[in-house]
Amino acid sequence: MTAPASSDLTAQSDEPFVETEGFWRTTLRRLLRHPVGRIGLIIVTILVLMAIFGPLVSPYDPNAIDFDNRFSPPTLEHYFGTDDFGRDTYSRILYGARISLMVGVIAVLIAGTLGTTFGLISGYTTRRWVDETIMRGMDILFAFPAILLAIAILAALGKGIANAMIAIGLVYTPIFARIARSAVLSVRNEEYVTAARALGTRNSVILPRHILPNSMAPIIVEVSLSLAFAILAEAALSFFGLGTQPPDPSWGRMLAEGRAYFQQSIWMALFPGLAIMFSVMAFNFLGDGLRDALDPKMKQMLEKKGK
Amino acid sequence: MTAPKALVEVKDLKKYFPVRKGIFRRETVQVKAVDGVTFDVFERETLGLVGESGCGKSTTGNTILRLHKPTAGTVSYDGVDLSGLQGEELRQMRQHVQMIFQNPYASLNPRLTVGQIVAEPLHTFRSDMSSREREEKVQELLRLVGLSPAFINRYPHEFSGGQRQRIGIARALALEPAFIVCDEPIAALDVSIQAQVVNLLRRLQKQLGLTYLFISHDLSMVRYISDRVAVMYLGKIVEIAEKKTLYHDPLHPYTQSLLSAVPVADPKRERSRQRIILKGDVPSPVNPPQGCNFNTRCPLVFDRCFVEEPELREAAPGHWCACHLVE
Amino acid sequence: MPELLEVEGLKTEFNTADGIVKAVNGISYSLDEGEILGIVGESGSGKSVSVLSLLQLLPQPPAFIKGGRAMFAGRDLLKMTTKEIQSVRGNQIAVIFQDPMTSLNPVLKIGKQIGEALQLHLGLSKQQARQRSIELLNHVGIPMAEQRVDQYPHQLSGGMRQRVMIAMGLSCNPRLLIADEPTTALDVTIQAQIIELVRSLQEETGMAVIWITHDLGVVAGLADNVIVMYSGYMVEYAPVDDLFEDPRHPYTLGLLTSLPDVEEDTATELNAVRGKPPDLTKLPPGCPFAPRCDYVIDKCLADNPPLLQIGKANHLAACWVDIIESEKT
Repeated sequence: MTAPASSDLTAQSDEPFVETEGFWRTTLRRLLRHPVGRIGLIIVTILVLMAIFGPLVSPYDPNAIDFDNRFSPPTLEHYFGTDDFGRDTYSRILYGARISLMVGVIAVLIAGTLGTTFGLISGYTTRRWVDETIMRGMDILFAFPAILLAIAILAALGKGIANAMIAIGLVYTPIFARIARSAVLSVRNEEYVTAARALGTRNSVILPRHILPNSMAPIIVEVSLSLAFAILAEAALSFFGLGTQPPDPSWGRMLAEGRAYFQQSIWMALFPGLAIMFSVMAFNFLGDGLRDALDPKMKQMLEKKGK
Repeated sequence: MTAPKALVEVKDLKKYFPVRKGIFRRETVQVKAVDGVTFDVFERETLGLVGESGCGKSTTGNTILRLHKPTAGTVSYDGVDLSGLQGEELRQMRQHVQMIFQNPYASLNPRLTVGQIVAEPLHTFRSDMSSREREEKVQELLRLVGLSPAFINRYPHEFSGGQRQRIGIARALALEPAFIVCDEPIAALDVSIQAQVVNLLRRLQKQLGLTYLFISHDLSMVRYISDRVAVMYLGKIVEIAEKKTLYHDPLHPYTQSLLSAVPVADPKRERSRQRIILKGDVPSPVNPPQGCNFNTRCPLVFDRCFVEEPELREAAPGHWCACHLVE
Repeated sequence: MPELLEVEGLKTEFNTADGIVKAVNGISYSLDEGEILGIVGESGSGKSVSVLSLLQLLPQPPAFIKGGRAMFAGRDLLKMTTKEIQSVRGNQIAVIFQDPMTSLNPVLKIGKQIGEALQLHLGLSKQQARQRSIELLNHVGIPMAEQRVDQYPHQLSGGMRQRVMIAMGLSCNPRLLIADEPTTALDVTIQAQIIELVRSLQEETGMAVIWITHDLGVVAGLADNVIVMYSGYMVEYAPVDDLFEDPRHPYTLGLLTSLPDVEEDTATELNAVRGKPPDLTKLPPGCPFAPRCDYVIDKCLADNPPLLQIGKANHLAACWVDIIESEKT
């Protein structure tokens, strides 16, 4: 048998090429197959639509006072009833979605950016003192119960939505730092990172090019889960009067007001409570689904096609 | 004819890894991965470096490439001492000494395209190139390793192991290095693909005048591709010789038993082979034996082996051996 | 002499997110008492899946045994209930795997793991099992067996752990030992020790052995008969001397000529097998090796050749070129 020596080279380039999926498409596909993740994705999508289009479809001005119709139960005119000022609960819930999501997104943006940066530096550095300093700093923040810490920060900064976002963001920074650091620690030992070093690539290029994109999976999952927490935190802070100020329709504030008037109308507290519950649940479900969809072991199982 | 020039000179190279235990992470013991290794790699030759797991061959390759800082000893490339270099100077040297890695499934960043992967060293060192020139160079490199330039926008997971290894080779060649450390480049590939990659490496060597340090545990493949071969055991070199000499007349007892243990694809020869079966396991590199490090398993051991460590001596021209029986 | 194991038309598939993987596509062979059969193939050949199917060791789903029979001592292994097959596993048929670190339970002592099979299948008491375990450890060449029996797997080296696996396998005097790439992860000198051990144990006990590997050299030194698998099919079957002297299937030939020899110099360039391993979710019509074959003719692309006897008795190959040629003579 005398196969011509160059045949294996040219044969390679003649091979018909098989199209395969990109990273995000695969993730979306697997997420949609995940029973729990699917539900999370659907509800989150509804929330986002509510936040964006809510004001357009809202039947009433959320701050429109109507003393004749206080404490109304759900009717055709007021789907979710009215509150102590006669304001339409349904409209307030729609506007409230905007506030909850906005606070959530910005808080997580703060936590995610700060935390991931700390985690990247901490995980990649070879100087142990840098790692230790950053992590001990994070540990100190971590040691405080989350809501308590948020309240303390707000006490220092003053009440209001903007400060609430900052407070929640700071509180959640350590978790991102830890997750990012742990992801970086495992990725930095991958052979392609060693290869990059052997090629003379600078660290300032290795971090964003090689380390960060491959550490994203646990961070993405955490984003989803911390959005859940952020919404809950915003609600809690507003409940205490520290976050959103009246008359803005934050779900937490609505819950607080509903609690005060529980005798007159259970509906006032019920709907904001349900809204908070479903949102938090949805983001948790989404996070679970993402975690499984991004799980590299599942990908491996599919790549090794039988033995 | 002038004597062949030594492109890479390794002198008494040592690499110890500390093992830290306890609350204060105090250094308790050291893993003596590479324990005093000396050899030269001549221009345009392939030096095979063989040994079993734990012998330190991969660590030697990594240390030569300065992926680790040597604990002691020197590594020179073309007369320049690599072991002392730091920072920017070291980075500049990397253009000349490159590595091909073992695991084609792990040595390519899964989130980058083939084009980006192969172009990376060009971005680092050849900022003078325009993006057009870079793209042309990448295409040329892909063609050189037998891949279609059309693959430039594909991702690694779309390729087979053999193809991925070719991508890794293309990347290593981007800066036109003279010396390449091949760290078990075919170990993770299917048997039917291994020959493809080895043939490619040989062809490239002839075409580009490359010098290889070929690290492997596959003694048959090393015999095929190498000019000279060095055998390592527990951090030390026990024998170096021209290929034919080493495989036909091995002097060191470890080399002899190692070669006798390699299966041969021929039932008749297998049946008539005299195998030297070693007893026991390889000692821990944390605590290598006193004297000759092979004394716990050597079938020809005698009293001097427990007392004195044998030096690597030239037993015959070009044939070095570290054994008291060979003087 | 009745056959110990007769496999007929075994077909196994996997249901994955990327489609149905046809891992084993209708293989048939028989094994006599005391015979050593080597199964050779690369990744994707189906060699491991085929023997795991025999003992129902694949999780179903996603695996699915589509068809076939496996007659062992008069009963069909594939149709046994869970209880029945459990009484065969570890007892009459023993299996040892590639990575002893993951096939031994890291939190149980060695003695306990060996003793488990003894207590279950042979009904020995705890004391008797421990005694027998020590005997077995000695038998497989583990020094200081009385101490080792109380150690944990991580305290042993790779080679020793594999010996422990062998001891476990032998504990109930099986009639058949299945070894799935047991030395692939071991150093070559340790591999030689393990092969020597299995060979001497086989001579002593007269058990049959199925040895799965990708290493033709190992098979050359150990097996009586050899099966070569590719893409889930048996492509060649022959007694070991015949296979190496006169390989008839182009894949076998390709493998043999692409391997360098440790004892002799290979003068020319290695004859690489071109192309890449098959995609088991998209098998082409016709012969699965056709895309990589240097002898391919039109018929190969259209029909999958059956495994037929070529020339010598007991030498089978699945190749149109061979079949057509042998029909001429």
